[in-house]
Amino acid sequence: MLEIRNLHARVQDAEILKGLDLSIGPGEVHAVMGPNGSGKSTLSYVLAGRDGYEVTEGTVRFRGRDLLELDPEERAGEGVFLAFQYPVEIPGVANTTFLRESLNAVRRYRGEPELDAIKFLKVLRERARKLGVADDMLKRAINVGFSGGEKKRNEVLQMALLEPALAVLDETDSGLDVDALRTVADGVNALRSPDRSMLVITHYQRLLHYIVPDVVHVLMGGRIIRSGGAELALEVEEKGYGTYVGEAA
Amino acid sequence: MNTAIETVRSVTGTYKYGFVTDIESETAPKGLNEGTIRFISAKKNEPGWLLDWRLRAYRHWLSMPEPKWAKVSFPPIDYQDSYYYSAPKTKDGPKSLDEVDPELRRTYEKLGIPLHEQEKLSGVAVDAVFDSVSVATTFRKQLAEHGVVFCSISEAVETHPELVRKYMGSVVPYTDNKHATLNSAVFTDGTFVYIPPGVRCPMELSTYFRINAKNTGQFERTLIIADAGSYVSYLEGCTAPMRDENQLHAAVVELIALDEAEIKYSTVQNWYPGDAEGRGGIYNFVTKRGACRGHHSKISWTQVETGSAITWKYPSCILQGDYSVGEFFSIAITNNRQQADTGTKMIHLGRNTRSRIVSKGISAGHADQTYRGLVRMGPRAAGARNHTQCDSLLIGGTCGAHTVPYIESRNRTATVEHEATTSKISDDQLFYCRQRGIPEETAVALVVNGFCREVLQQLPMEFAVEAQKLVGISLEGSVG
Ligand SMILES: Nc1ncnc2c1ncn2[C@@H]1O[C@H](COP(=O)(O)OP(=O)(O)OP(=O)(O)O)[C@@H](O)[C@H]1O
Ligand SMILES: [Mg+2]
Repeated sequence: MLEIRNLHARVQDAEILKGLDLSIGPGEVHAVMGPNGSGKSTLSYVLAGRDGYEVTEGTVRFRGRDLLELDPEERAGEGVFLAFQYPVEIPGVANTTFLRESLNAVRRYRGEPELDAIKFLKVLRERARKLGVADDMLKRAINVGFSGGEKKRNEVLQMALLEPALAVLDETDSGLDVDALRTVADGVNALRSPDRSMLVITHYQRLLHYIVPDVVHVLMGGRIIRSGGAELALEVEEKGYGTYVGEAA
Repeated sequence: MNTAIETVRSVTGTYKYGFVTDIESETAPKGLNEGTIRFISAKKNEPGWLLDWRLRAYRHWLSMPEPKWAKVSFPPIDYQDSYYYSAPKTKDGPKSLDEVDPELRRTYEKLGIPLHEQEKLSGVAVDAVFDSVSVATTFRKQLAEHGVVFCSISEAVETHPELVRKYMGSVVPYTDNKHATLNSAVFTDGTFVYIPPGVRCPMELSTYFRINAKNTGQFERTLIIADAGSYVSYLEGCTAPMRDENQLHAAVVELIALDEAEIKYSTVQNWYPGDAEGRGGIYNFVTKRGACRGHHSKISWTQVETGSAITWKYPSCILQGDYSVGEFFSIAITNNRQQADTGTKMIHLGRNTRSRIVSKGISAGHADQTYRGLVRMGPRAAGARNHTQCDSLLIGGTCGAHTVPYIESRNRTATVEHEATTSKISDDQLFYCRQRGIPEETAVALVVNGFCREVLQQLPMEFAVEAQKLVGISLEGSVG
C-alpha cells in the first residue's frame, strides 16, 4: 500500500527526515511514536505534499504510484487523508459547505458522480451521529471556535466521509477526554478494513489500547530506529526515549 | 501563494463582457460646452426648467477644482476628448419590446439579461440602458397595476414632471462635487422609480447599464422615491467592452424614503477593469446618496464592486427621520492595477437613528484599496448608534489596503463603534483545503467567500447568483 524508502526531507534549511524507511501493507495499522520535534508531523506533511517540505532523496510509492509527483489535491483524490495535529480555521465557511466541497472534489477526481445537497446531508448526518458530532457543529464555520476535542472529532468525521485508502492520524488523541477518546477510537476502528491502511501518530500508549496497531515504530533523529509489536509502545511509555538515544545517531 | 494570486486573477481578471456591439448610433459632437448641453436637452425634448438646471450645473462645474482627497491616481481627464451623448439610432424610440433593435437584444442576451418578459424565471423587471439612453423597460404593465412607476428618467420628465422636479437634486444638489455636477449638466438617461404609499413592489426592479460606444462617457441618473409605508428592492448591474482608453462613468443615484418606507439598493459593478498592466478600463466616479426623510424609514446599500480601473464611490445615507436606519454592505475586489477608494457616509440627524456598516475589501496583484467612511452624529441625534465593521483580505505581498474612518459626534448620547481587521489568506488554509481534495482555485474562492459571507447574504437571490459567478465563489448557506 505505502512504501517509503530512504526518505530525506528538509524544512527551511534543516534536514528533518534523514533516511526514513517504512512500509505499510493493505489493511494494516501502524503506530509512530517519537519525541517532540522528531519529525512525525513532518512525515505526515511530506506524505500529504505540503509546500515547503522538500524531499531531497528517497521514494514514496502509494498503491504502485509515485506519490511525490502528485499535487496535494491529487493525493487526496488517490485516497491519502491527513487528520491534522492542528486543524485549521476558515472563518465564514460552514463546516457542511466545506465537507460537501471536499467530498464532491474527491468524487470528481475518482470519476464518481457528485452528491446533491439532499443525499449529501443524509450521509453527513448519519456519520456525524456515529461520531457524536452535533448538528450545530456542522452549521458553524469550520473549526472556528471549536474546542480542541471538537476539532479532532471533526477531523475523524472528515475521514469517515472521504473513506481514504491511507489515513494518517497526527495526534488525533491529544486533547480528547476519556469518552471522546473512546468514540473517536470506535469511529477509527469502524473504518478498519482490508483495503484501508492507517498510520497513527501518538505520544500515548493509551490510544493504542483502543486502536490496536499491527506494528509500532519509534521515530527519532529523522529515522525509524525501532519497530515492533504493540508491546513496543508499552516499553516506550515505561522507559522513555532516552534508552534509544544511541540508536538514533 | 503565487498560484493563489493566479487564481484570483483567473477569477476576476478575465473579462467576459468585453465584446463590442456593432450598431449605428447618433452622437453629439465631441467635447463639452453649452452647445453640447443644449444638444442633449433638445434631443430629449426637455422642458425649460431642466435645461436651465443643466446650464447652472455646467457653469458651476467650470469653477470647481478636481477633487484630490481620494487615494487614487490617474492623469488629468481631458473632458474635451469625450462624447457626451451616444444613442443607438432609431426612428422614434421603441414603443414595445418587439421594436427593440435585434442587435441590442442580442447584446443583452449575451450579457445574460433577459429583455423578454416571457423569461419569467428571472422575475425581475429590467430597465436596459445602452450608452446614453434607456432601450427597454420590462414588466411595465404589471407594475402599473400596483401604481409603481418604473421607466427611464427621460420619460419621467415627460410623464411625472412634478415628481422629478420636486426630488431631483434634492439629495445630491448640482453643486455637490465635481463629478456629480458634471452629471447634472450632461446626464443622458437612467432610471426613475416611484412606489406609491403602502405598496410593496411586487418584483425586484433592476437596471442594466452598458457602455458600448468608444470615447463616450456614461452619465446616468437614477431617482427612486419610496412613498410612505412602501418597499422596493432595486438592483443595478453594469459592464463595458474592453477598450484601451479610459472611459468616464459619472453617475448620480438619489434615493428618497418617506415615513416607514424601505429601499434596498444592490449593485453588482463589473465595468471593464483594464488589462493586467493597467491599460484602459472605466473610471467609475459615482455619487450615490439616500435620504431617509421619514421616521422609521430605512435605506440599505449593498454593493459588490469587482470592475473598473478606478472606483470612487461612497453610497451614503442621510438619516433625517427619527428612528430611521441606514445600512451599507460592501464587497470590493481589486486586482492587477485596479484602484478603489470606496466606503460610505452615515449622517445621523434624527433621534434614535441607527446605522450599520460592513465593508469587506479583497486586494490582490498590485491593486490598492481604501475604505473611507464617515459617521457623523448631529446635535439632534440623541440616542443614535453606529456600528462599523471593516475587514481587509490581502492576497500576495504587492497589494495594499487602507482604512480611513472619520468620526464626528456632536451629541453625547450617540454611540459609534468601529472595528477593523486585516488578514491574509494563509498557506495553512489553502493546504488544509487541498489536503481535502479541493483544488487550489476552489480553495481560494472558498476562503474569499467565507470572508464575504455577511455581505453576500444581503443580496437578493437573483443577484446572489450573478455575484457568486463574478467572484467565483459558491454561495454559503445553500446547504444545511
Ligand atoms: N516550517 C518550519 N520551519 C522551521 N522548522 C520547522 C518547520 N516545521 C517543522 N520544523 C522543525 O522540524 C522539526 C520536526 O517538527 P515536527 O513538527 O515534524 O515534529 P513532531 O515530531 O511532529 O513533534 P510533536 O511531537 O511536538 O508534534 C522540529 O524541530 C521543528 O521545529
Ligand atoms: Mg507533530
